Amino acid sequence: MSKLVVTTIGPASSVQDGGRHGAQRYGLTPSGAMDRLALAAANTLVGNAAFAAAIEIGPFGAAFTAREGAVRLALSGAPRNADIAGRAIASDTSMTLADGETLTLGFARGGAFSYLAIEGGIAGELMFGSLAVNARAGLGSPYPRPLQAGDGLQTATASGAAERRIDLPAMAEGPIRVVMGPQDDEFGDEAKTLFFDSEWKISATSDRMGYRLEGPVIKHLHGHNIVSDGTVNGSIQVPGNGAPIVLMPDRGTSGGYPKIATVISADLGRFAQIPAGKGFRFKAVVMAEAQGEARKFAELLRTLPDRLRSIESFDLNIEALRDANVAGSAVSAIDARTWQAPSADALAPD
Amino acid sequence: MRINLLNLLTHLLETNSTSRQNRLVWRRMAATLSPPRILPSGDSAITVEFSRNIDDAANQRVLALDRTLADRPVPGVRETVPTYRSLLVHYDPVEIDFDTLGEKLVALAQLPVPPTTKTRRWRIPVVYGGEHGIDLEDVARTLKTTPDDIVARHVAGDYRVAMIGFTPGWSYLSGLEKFLHMPRRQNPRLLTPAGTISIGGVQTGIQCLAGPSGWHLLGRTAVRTYLLHRDPTFLLEPGDRVKFFPVDAKTFAEQDRAAAGGEIVAELMAS
Repeated sequence: MSKLVVTTIGPASSVQDGGRHGAQRYGLTPSGAMDRLALAAANTLVGNAAFAAAIEIGPFGAAFTAREGAVRLALSGAPRNADIAGRAIASDTSMTLADGETLTLGFARGGAFSYLAIEGGIAGELMFGSLAVNARAGLGSPYPRPLQAGDGLQTATASGAAERRIDLPAMAEGPIRVVMGPQDDEFGDEAKTLFFDSEWKISATSDRMGYRLEGPVIKHLHGHNIVSDGTVNGSIQVPGNGAPIVLMPDRGTSGGYPKIATVISADLGRFAQIPAGKGFRFKAVVMAEAQGEARKFAELLRTLPDRLRSIESFDLNIEALRDANVAGSAVSAIDARTWQAPSADALAPD
Repeated sequence: MRINLLNLLTHLLETNSTSRQNRLVWRRMAATLSPPRILPSGDSAITVEFSRNIDDAANQRVLALDRTLADRPVPGVRETVPTYRSLLVHYDPVEIDFDTLGEKLVALAQLPVPPTTKTRRWRIPVVYGGEHGIDLEDVARTLKTTPDDIVARHVAGDYRVAMIGFTPGWSYLSGLEKFLHMPRRQNPRLLTPAGTISIGGVQTGIQCLAGPSGWHLLGRTAVRTYLLHRDPTFLLEPGDRVKFFPVDAKTFAEQDRAAAGGEIVAELMAS
């Protein structure tokens, strides 16, 4: 066994997996990864089951150190600078951290959550079939709370398998797609038009329970109190103040505000990755399209292993440097000997 | 007329009647049940709505459809979440599409459901008033009666678990007598204790974990409706019947220790 020790970590970082299902009828929310595709991609890179537990890392930086042996890792999700002892690591690749080495991650660039999967998964006690942290219910393992510096995760010693990258489709762009309902009849045409014609921003007060939206006030036809009914990930509820809240995996299982629409499941991860303050729009689609997208998404998840590609370590370094350079962040691309950013020529393979 | 029919149906479901005559009446009525509304909750869940209001008859139909789906599983359905007025059905759109499942659910919701013979009846101890129920005196004042009268009325009630939701184990009970119906507090409290027994609107409830609440706090129970490492983790099921009985603070403290150690504390009555 090896250990991955959390050296530094920001808020909103916790162990997450595919979530716990089957107990929503008792008020137990599913929790689980905010971006399921990114979780599955990271796990696939290190040979884990797609929805095995991994570390969900919030928008801030983090660092992890291998102890008592080497640890094989993979990073996917929101792009960010990553390096091991000055060696830049590209997103969507696996890497091996030698005993004592530290992986340092920068802030998320153009996203919110990254997933650090660990070969062999994370040792912990399953609660309702899941290690996912749900701090309010005291659930999650090995720690029933967000991660803190000093925490140690028991894991397998690195297998020494060749490193891989995964060739993911480009993230879809454009509006976040929703299907209307279940309580769209609580809103008039004017409110619906306003909802779809406006640009929205995600408030900085958002969390794993819900994303609060900043934009125009959406008015109800008959007031904001309905008799509570069940919620899903992506329910867009409109409370009394008219500021919609999109319910996320740590949501309450029932709620008493009208829900104007629901984010389609294929767009939930993309939605979760919208950084606070960045403008976006919603677009209504019909059920047939939403379910078609859900089936395509399921197929993408199922076929992730077919998207693995082998990489030579030489290629890895070049790619990582180029990636870091293109992103305009030279931190990882500075030549360690000269402290100069390398020229484009220097990046070209010999 | 519809409400009356539903009430009668409810009565028949409740009385566990098996007589042939009652069955016939009940079958005939079931055929007249209005279909529920099938509402999309995204592409992977359907809200089967029986009413827009808190309506005991609607809740009975919710629980009946929930039982039907448990007894004859529909492929693709992943889990069901009963609430007062609707059943949320989570499903996998890879296995079944919205239209097909919606039609099935409408048909199942109108099928005669055999009355359940397995209703569990619980007795739950409550320490009322004082530091354990800080709103008891206010409630009595507002309703122009004594705290003892409020307790007597609350204890006299025969309640049903209409739904469990919001946070783990938070059990919403129907059957609160009209005298005790009160609007919720203007300013919800951000933190109320674990085990709180409270009233709000037309409902009473058992709150398992400490958390926010806008209801009026009458007392506390040592019973954990949710306790992680206990078997069963969740004590109550939607549809269970509940009665409360008063205990003193000393008994509550003893029960609280026992319950923290995994004892059920609630009494299951012989049915």
